[in-house]
Amino acid sequence: MRDLIATLAVVLALTVANPARAELQIEITQGVDTALPIAVVPFGWQGTGAAPPLDAAAIVAADLARSGRFAPLDRKDMLQKPTTGADVKFDDWRRQGSEVLVIGRVLQPAADQFEIQFQVFDVLRGEQLLGYRQPATAADFRRSAHRVADLIYEKLTGVRGVFSTRIAYVTVVRSPGRSNFKSSYRLVIADADGENPRVMVESPEPIMSPAWSPDGRKIAYVSFEANRSEIYVQDLRSGSRKRVSARPGVNGAPAWSPDGQKLAVSLSRQDGNLDIYTLDINTQVLTRLTTGSAIDTEPAWSLDGSQIYFTSDGTGGPQVYRVASGGGNAQRVTFEGAYNARPRVAPDGKQLAVVHNDRGNYRIAVVDLARSTTQVLSDGRLDESPSFAPNGEMLIFATREGARGVLATVSANGRIKQRLSALEGDVREPAWSPFPPN
Amino acid sequence: MKKLKMLAALLVVTLVTACAGPSKSTVDEGAAGAAQGGAASAGVGDGGTGQGGGMGTDAAGSTLGGPGASQENRIIYFEFDRFDIKPEYNAILQAHARYLSSNSSARVRLEGHADERGSREYNIGLGEKRAQSVRNVLLLQGVVSDQITTVSFGEERPAVIGSDEEAWSLNRRVEIVYGQ
Repeated sequence: MRDLIATLAVVLALTVANPARAELQIEITQGVDTALPIAVVPFGWQGTGAAPPLDAAAIVAADLARSGRFAPLDRKDMLQKPTTGADVKFDDWRRQGSEVLVIGRVLQPAADQFEIQFQVFDVLRGEQLLGYRQPATAADFRRSAHRVADLIYEKLTGVRGVFSTRIAYVTVVRSPGRSNFKSSYRLVIADADGENPRVMVESPEPIMSPAWSPDGRKIAYVSFEANRSEIYVQDLRSGSRKRVSARPGVNGAPAWSPDGQKLAVSLSRQDGNLDIYTLDINTQVLTRLTTGSAIDTEPAWSLDGSQIYFTSDGTGGPQVYRVASGGGNAQRVTFEGAYNARPRVAPDGKQLAVVHNDRGNYRIAVVDLARSTTQVLSDGRLDESPSFAPNGEMLIFATREGARGVLATVSANGRIKQRLSALEGDVREPAWSPFPPN
Repeated sequence: MKKLKMLAALLVVTLVTACAGPSKSTVDEGAAGAAQGGAASAGVGDGGTGQGGGMGTDAAGSTLGGPGASQENRIIYFEFDRFDIKPEYNAILQAHARYLSSNSSARVRLEGHADERGSREYNIGLGEKRAQSVRNVLLLQGVVSDQITTVSFGEERPAVIGSDEEAWSLNRRVEIVYGQ
């Protein structure tokens, strides 16, 4: 029942907040019974005009509901809608079962200057847990509302929120037909809730493997616009881009070093043999890390930049290996199952997310690096491209809904699941951004 | 040696003629053509008519090698997660090799593909390996390396949409594209 309420609250809140802009529709497919009852009261408005640019409280409630850890109270069921601490009657909220109460006001100190003031209360104790003023402009009002949700989430869970982060993904729209179709590929960047989608590149040829720079300002990706694979780096703000690798053969799987100076890539060059290299973006100096006839690809840097994890089929099927980023002998990392590919390092550095063949199904799994255990997190048939949220609490990945490609998220403990589907076409290759700068 | 080669070729052609068709008849007409996209569809290049080099024909009377080869004689299919070439394609590849050897200005691009299963960049690797397998066969049969380029599209440019065995088997392929 609580799940149902949470789901309804999300649907309602999204409808209220923004009827038509989202390209991705988010649906909670599995929640937890232990979701914390919370009430986010509509914020008061103290500015010119009829209303603030957006309904900040609705955005906050939707964010908290989407985390799966909170069950916001439906606005219709609120007995009172206080906007200041003095107006709060804790008994009413206790009676309704809300354990946490969020109230707030939006002020307008200047024409394009806003301030979201909010307070978080422990209803049972009748105590304020958090009070904060979040500045905003009309243009970044939504982002500021997500920031409010981040602060509330962190106060209540002890973990930094990811509501003001973004995701990159690739969409493909095809003309009808089983064969003889035309395709349109797009690299899109949207807010973590699917709002504000921006098309960064559009091409009739494939686009793949988007990767965020550590500062969140650039995206590296592979484009086939020249009818072969090439790696580009694009600045998100200006949209300007630079082709960083168009060597003979495969140019693939770009992964940023933690200092943002290098890309680890997979190149086949003249000999047609895919190996891992590091590429200094500015000097174009290449360092080869693997040799031999195996398919070596999908590099991912360790947090300190000293190691690179990658996929190799040296022993038959693909498995994850590790090599020092300065060069050295590779060591095998995954042993459970015949197919473990495309590693991504968890933000705490202790786990890898991989694509794992689970009895014939391709699923997302996490491998504990210290204990070498594998936990399967997803339940699809063709799941791929896992990407950790920067707080490590969730992963986003590509899956199928019928024949369509959609995105899904799963909490790192496997308990909370959501699906994100596009209004049109297939969505694939999600990449979760780093935290935005404070 | 030359005699032996010719004899072998003749033998293979005979074999293929004898047991041709069925295994390749599942090819969806036009599918691969669509997947080749704009530039690749330029087709016949400087090689001319495709009649040179004494190529054989398949059961349907189509030319086996060169730019004049029919759609089904320009696609090599592979097993799942494999990049070794099945013996049934020997005749086709020999015919292409013969055409390229005797038309030194002809150019060919080998486009490797994978089915949708598994991770995308690994599938780029598989497609490249498949293209390299075909390249190696052509080189062994005397084609000059300058005549061949390879590209891998992994699972990104399927010939056929679908998540069943049939679609997968049609998507694990190398397309031989002339005039690149």
